[in-house]
Amino acid sequence: MTQQQIHLAVALDGAGWHQAAWREPDAVAAAELFGAAYWLDQVRRAEEAALDFVTFEDGLPLQPDGQVRGRLDASLIAARVAPLTSHVGLVPTITTTHTEPFHVSKVLATLDYASTGRAGWRPRLGALGEVGLPGAPRDEAPLFGRRTPVPYVELFAEAADHVEVVRRLWDSWEDDAEIRDAATGRFVDREKLHYIDFTGPHFSVRGPSITPRPPQGQPPVIALAHQSDAYTFAARSADVVLVTPQSTGGIAPIVQEIRTAQAAAGRAEQPLLVFGEFVVFLDEDPKAAIARKERLDETAGEAFRSDAPVFVGSPDELAEQLELWAQYGLDGFRLRPAAVPHDLDAITTRLVPRLRELGLFRQAYTADTLRGHLGLERPANRYAAVAAA
Amino acid sequence: MSTEPDRTSKPRKQIHLAAHFPGVNNTTVWSDPRSGSHIRFDSFRRFAQIAERAKFDFLFLAEGLRLREQNGEIYDLDVVGRPDTFTVLAALAAVTDRLGLAGTINSTFNEPYEVARQFASLDHLSAGRAAWNVVTSWDAFTGENFRRGGYLEQDQRYERARSFLHATQTLFDSWHGDEIADDKATGAFLAEPEPGRFSVHDAFFDIEGQFNVPRSPQGRPVIFQAGDSEQGREFAAAEADAIFSRHGTKDAGQAFYADVKDRMAKYGRDRDQLKVLPAATFVLGETDAEAQELAKEIRHQQVSGQTAIRFLEQLWNRDLSSYDPDGPLPEIDPDLGEHTVARGRASVRMHRDPLETAREWRELAERKNYSIRELIIEVTGRQNFIGSARTIADTLDDYVQSDASDGFILVPHITPDGLGEFADKVVPLLQEKGVFRTEYEGTTLREHLGLRPLPRRDARSTAAEPTVSQTPEGVAA
Repeated sequence: MTQQQIHLAVALDGAGWHQAAWREPDAVAAAELFGAAYWLDQVRRAEEAALDFVTFEDGLPLQPDGQVRGRLDASLIAARVAPLTSHVGLVPTITTTHTEPFHVSKVLATLDYASTGRAGWRPRLGALGEVGLPGAPRDEAPLFGRRTPVPYVELFAEAADHVEVVRRLWDSWEDDAEIRDAATGRFVDREKLHYIDFTGPHFSVRGPSITPRPPQGQPPVIALAHQSDAYTFAARSADVVLVTPQSTGGIAPIVQEIRTAQAAAGRAEQPLLVFGEFVVFLDEDPKAAIARKERLDETAGEAFRSDAPVFVGSPDELAEQLELWAQYGLDGFRLRPAAVPHDLDAITTRLVPRLRELGLFRQAYTADTLRGHLGLERPANRYAAVAAA
Repeated sequence: MSTEPDRTSKPRKQIHLAAHFPGVNNTTVWSDPRSGSHIRFDSFRRFAQIAERAKFDFLFLAEGLRLREQNGEIYDLDVVGRPDTFTVLAALAAVTDRLGLAGTINSTFNEPYEVARQFASLDHLSAGRAAWNVVTSWDAFTGENFRRGGYLEQDQRYERARSFLHATQTLFDSWHGDEIADDKATGAFLAEPEPGRFSVHDAFFDIEGQFNVPRSPQGRPVIFQAGDSEQGREFAAAEADAIFSRHGTKDAGQAFYADVKDRMAKYGRDRDQLKVLPAATFVLGETDAEAQELAKEIRHQQVSGQTAIRFLEQLWNRDLSSYDPDGPLPEIDPDLGEHTVARGRASVRMHRDPLETAREWRELAERKNYSIRELIIEVTGRQNFIGSARTIADTLDDYVQSDASDGFILVPHITPDGLGEFADKVVPLLQEKGVFRTEYEGTTLREHLGLRPLPRRDARSTAAEPTVSQTPEGVAA
């Protein structure tokens, strides 16, 4: 039987996901976390291993003490590495709670142009998520000021509206809108530019975008989800949903809940990939991985905790675990290296070759776009369909 | 005072040059076969790399946050479509090493925290090459694309813009630059436990917290001001690093230059710490005569019959589509009511007195026997420098040495390669004259512009209330 191949992504954040990662002897100097070279180096490692995509974490508040503090805008890091890479998907995190959908849409469309079809987006709610855990977001609203705060229960609905507007704006130009017709003097065919006329409780947007439809048409939307509200949001709005079951037994109920929500949203026929998440501590000798995690915890002064399951062991063991978990209904995984460069290297130079031996991962890229890596067709333009009907 | 510099005692000024990636207006002759994409990144890369090869100070992007409309329809005669400014500049930082990266960013449809984050990030990712041309929009038309809409009254928009600038300065200054300790042994990532602390409470913003981007290489982006109003000039003299001016003629340039620089002393600033950089176009030929011929041809390409009618409608504020562009001007007068014909462009506001302007245009057309199209070609002229490479180099140098400007922001009419001949033919002549660099001497845009490093500011100076220019395009719509 041919093994189903899995998708693989890595999540880049600071010096890695363990709060003491920056104190490791092989960690880069702290100042380099705020320069382009460090990010380019990590993305190139991911690309050499033919990973589907990398995500760039982001958040508006300053992180609490006891970890890396300060960060650059994720979409600009992605743009900075785009011209110097050629295949790997680039997925910045951008909040939906405080940003303008009009800006976000053109940021991602432009990232898609700069990367020739490799942009994705991880929408994130403001001041929500890993509540109570180390690195938990602080309240973001005071940073932005006077805008009437949206009640917590409405944040997901607002996020869904935000994504809807972004997606409509991507489609607000048909692919062949630019005609450069010297005979009539027209640069565009205005019949192929569309007002989106979105009206919702939190904002209204007229359109069209100022940026033409991006190369992928619709860059993939990738949502992290831990519970029902988020599953519903992802089912309605995302192309990939990242989930955090703690055991194989937790997978099926989550996938079922997502599929039900997908059907309820009228998207049953649309592809929605489900990825599992792991924070990974990897060493050839599993005992070394355990010891390293203990050492990091000791350095930090507290045990590592995460919203995602934590894997401590060898790359070979992880490969087996990914194979097993995939059989329970996951299409792929996003791995969070506990410490960079150590765990990122273990993923790209040890885990990936092992997955290839098992027939679970591509030998090389077979597509040039992020949608292509994910097996997603380039979608038709919703407005072109209406116009043709 | 004399506007003629004393050349015996004064060293020759160095010229500053910038490249403006053409925006969405009729400067670009898109029908020319050499005219490339205005959206694919490769066009931006090529444009930037030509500018950097020529040792230009910086690349410049304008802004427009809604597609322009005329007569209730999207305007389709010019280039339409542009990328996101921050994203393109960050990507260009990857394919250039020294070129400054200047973006026009609106203070109306953004928030101080996010704009400060984006510019500080861009400055980090470009190792100190970011610049911000601060503008504000006025129109509910553009506001229809944003959460906030166009809800502010005119005077409030200026107030908010001033407050916005104040807030971003506070954020940029909230980190001093020496916070990162990187003490792996003790676990002190930062030396300062509570960095980036800020608080701005005024009529428009109630924001406070801790900024999360460490101080960037330049401290803050280089600040451009693009307005020409009294407040705009005062702000520039007090706070800006450079002015994107519109005074293209030598006389007007000298008057403007003297005016803004004279205002600087009362803020304790030296005259060379504010660069006056007018927008400029050029047409190069082998000879001056050939360049003149070429310029005429380009003007005809830039102003088609249809374009001429559209321009006329903007003054007349009426649908004039039934008029023949090769015929005479309308006898009917402009509609002085609320401006409804053209939306989302700056030029609409430039006709302060439509009746008087129409009278002048009619008189000119009659005197010179101009058709509508010929008249529009003349009155909307954008070409500043026409001639052989030698003529242009001499003229540019003369402008700068005569204190009509400190340099120029050049916009070619062909994208992306239209700057190439300027780089190949004019720049070497300027270098021979010793008025333009042959190699970059510094790495940051501040250094290219001859601006001193910023002092750390623990408390904000309240010397001047900043103001911003008011145009949807930012500049040179």
